Amino acid sequence: MDLYRAHVLVCGGTGCVSSGCNEIIEKFKESLKIHGIEREIKLVKTGCFGLCEAGPIVIVYPEGAFYSRINPEDVDIIVEEHLLKGRIVKSLLFKDSVEEDKIKAIEEVGFYKKQLRIALRNCGVIDPEAIEEYIAFDGYKALATVLTELQPTEVIEIIKESGLRGRGGGGFPTGLKWEFTAKAEGDQKYIATNADEGDPGAFMDRSILEGDPHVIVEAMAIAGYAVGSDMGYVYVRAEYPIAVERLQIAIDDAREQGLLGKGIFGADFNFDIEIRLGAGAFVCGEETALINSIEGKRGMPRPRPPFPAQSGIWGKPTLLNNVETYASIPQIILNGAEWFSKIGTEKSKGTKVFALGGKINNTGLLEIPMGTTIREVIYDIGGGIPNGKAFKAVQTGGPSGGCIPMEHIDTPIDYDSLIELGSMMGSGGMIVMDEDNCMIDIARFFLDFTVEESCGKCPPCRIGTKRMLEILDNITEGKGKPGDIEKLERLSKNIKESSLCGLGQTAPNPVLSTIKYFRNEYESHINDKKCLSGVCQELLQFVVIDELCKKCGICAVKCPASCIDGVKGKEIYSIRQEDCIKCGACVDACPFKAIIKE
Amino acid sequence: MKTIQELEKIRKETLEKISLRKDRKGTRIVVGMATCGIASGARTIMMVLLDEIKKRNLHDVTVTQTGCVGACRLEPMIDVYKEGEGKTTYVDLTPEKAKRIVSDHIVNGNIIDVYTIGAYER
Repeated sequence: MDLYRAHVLVCGGTGCVSSGCNEIIEKFKESLKIHGIEREIKLVKTGCFGLCEAGPIVIVYPEGAFYSRINPEDVDIIVEEHLLKGRIVKSLLFKDSVEEDKIKAIEEVGFYKKQLRIALRNCGVIDPEAIEEYIAFDGYKALATVLTELQPTEVIEIIKESGLRGRGGGGFPTGLKWEFTAKAEGDQKYIATNADEGDPGAFMDRSILEGDPHVIVEAMAIAGYAVGSDMGYVYVRAEYPIAVERLQIAIDDAREQGLLGKGIFGADFNFDIEIRLGAGAFVCGEETALINSIEGKRGMPRPRPPFPAQSGIWGKPTLLNNVETYASIPQIILNGAEWFSKIGTEKSKGTKVFALGGKINNTGLLEIPMGTTIREVIYDIGGGIPNGKAFKAVQTGGPSGGCIPMEHIDTPIDYDSLIELGSMMGSGGMIVMDEDNCMIDIARFFLDFTVEESCGKCPPCRIGTKRMLEILDNITEGKGKPGDIEKLERLSKNIKESSLCGLGQTAPNPVLSTIKYFRNEYESHINDKKCLSGVCQELLQFVVIDELCKKCGICAVKCPASCIDGVKGKEIYSIRQEDCIKCGACVDACPFKAIIKE
Repeated sequence: MKTIQELEKIRKETLEKISLRKDRKGTRIVVGMATCGIASGARTIMMVLLDEIKKRNLHDVTVTQTGCVGACRLEPMIDVYKEGEGKTTYVDLTPEKAKRIVSDHIVNGNIIDVYTIGAYER
């Protein structure tokens, strides 16, 4: 490997792949060659930088110039201007990184300023397919330390003291889980990673696997040493092809370097990892269903206890952690439990990765210390709501979580505060809603998802969620009846208490939290048959404002249902409500804004 | 991998090559690479600098480029920013001069006055 004067980092996360980063990379290769500078400039495909909104992203070091939304045509300009002549192309820089002609370093950009990247520390910095780059950034050092200097019990003690809690959503203390598994009796124990990220809108696990796969390999080996296991499984969904591919490369490279296999670092410790692909069922993120699926059985949960720590894969004691949980482990070993426990709040230590989506300017992936407020995430990091709209609520925890309204926007984010608000941390999806979102429609969307994903094993979840969805459908279609809200609340309570697994136990949360904070919207849907946000089609009416109508007849021409009557130039037009299909074509067609929906 | 030493070796070797992305401390050499600079041979100078830095295992030196500062007749020229030293501008460079700048100035901290813009203008 030669010394290069500049490094061009192109984001290779799934978000940027779909916005065309592979083409950008090819174009760079070509352009560097044409200009004869391919020996001076190193081109690296990294993992996700987090700012998916601005993808494809290209960062040029040593200047740290942050180029966003790069098209293949822009590549020649960057090569000719920046790489050849040393002039940063300001017009292509990420808009927030340019301030009064001064170019800010990446860390100074609002999106990154309040972040603290521990689990994501290597994402967007290293080449995920080069084991040396991971090692250069202190990779496998924690494993070496653990194997040569620490006893398994000491490792568990460090994790316990750090206060790390499971990042998959439940928030169970990780150190305790490790201890239970270590103490469980069994001739064979297994380490497993839950990478079956199924929440709509969540992609932190995928990004870690894509951007820094070795951290999972290293952390699983550390866990193996701590609990006394020599075999690990990563359960990842087949819908994450890039993540699967890079993880496989990481496992192969680690084997080749002797970082997996027998006698790692000369210690009496063997460890190996295999990938198991899931078919993308949401319920397989539940630990007992996941274990069934690893064993090749149908992915259905079973009652607990026994917990996986006692009886997991093939009935053997199994330590199952989430990807993000593992991603924090090597840093905790290297920096100490005290370092980690100083970050965050009293009961939630460290940092959490969130996938920010919905009505927000900076869609993407971010990592913040626990205790950061929702307002900081939405406005300082997320850059606020687009088009000057007002913030209405944020949904955390996906289909298992709930909506948090404006009045609680200053809540510091941690496991307990979110549960208190009727939501939950979940895996870390954060979907922002503005004034145009109807909360019943949102609740309906998530419930529709859980109905679809319910495995059907227990009746409260299989039948109960279906009944709830039917009630919500009725409400959004204007067929809501007085008493529906109470019925929803009663059903929710029963489903939460009697479902077999976490899927059913949390499925009513989106409905309960929207009833709690937006009861008036439910009431106006049921009693007045009105959707205040103008989302529920059945409750809408399109009407012509007589004073504004210029009798041009354009609306009548555009109407696909031919339900607008009038005479061109002579008579004001009007819409026959009984035939209207509420497509909104007339609103778009009217040049005088004389048609409104109400 | 059997020992921590092996791991440390890989770490050090790779870090050298990617330190560009990690910190921006240390010495920075900025090569004038506008059309005028390139035409007068700035690219050769830059390659010499890179080779020297690699040969001497200098971890904290980065080589970057810049545009035209207006003194095209003095090209190829470079600016050396060393910590606590401010900027030194060397002009009318040749590969030999560039090598000496690395050994005398970058490594040993002795500015070579005769190559600087001040001396040239006198």
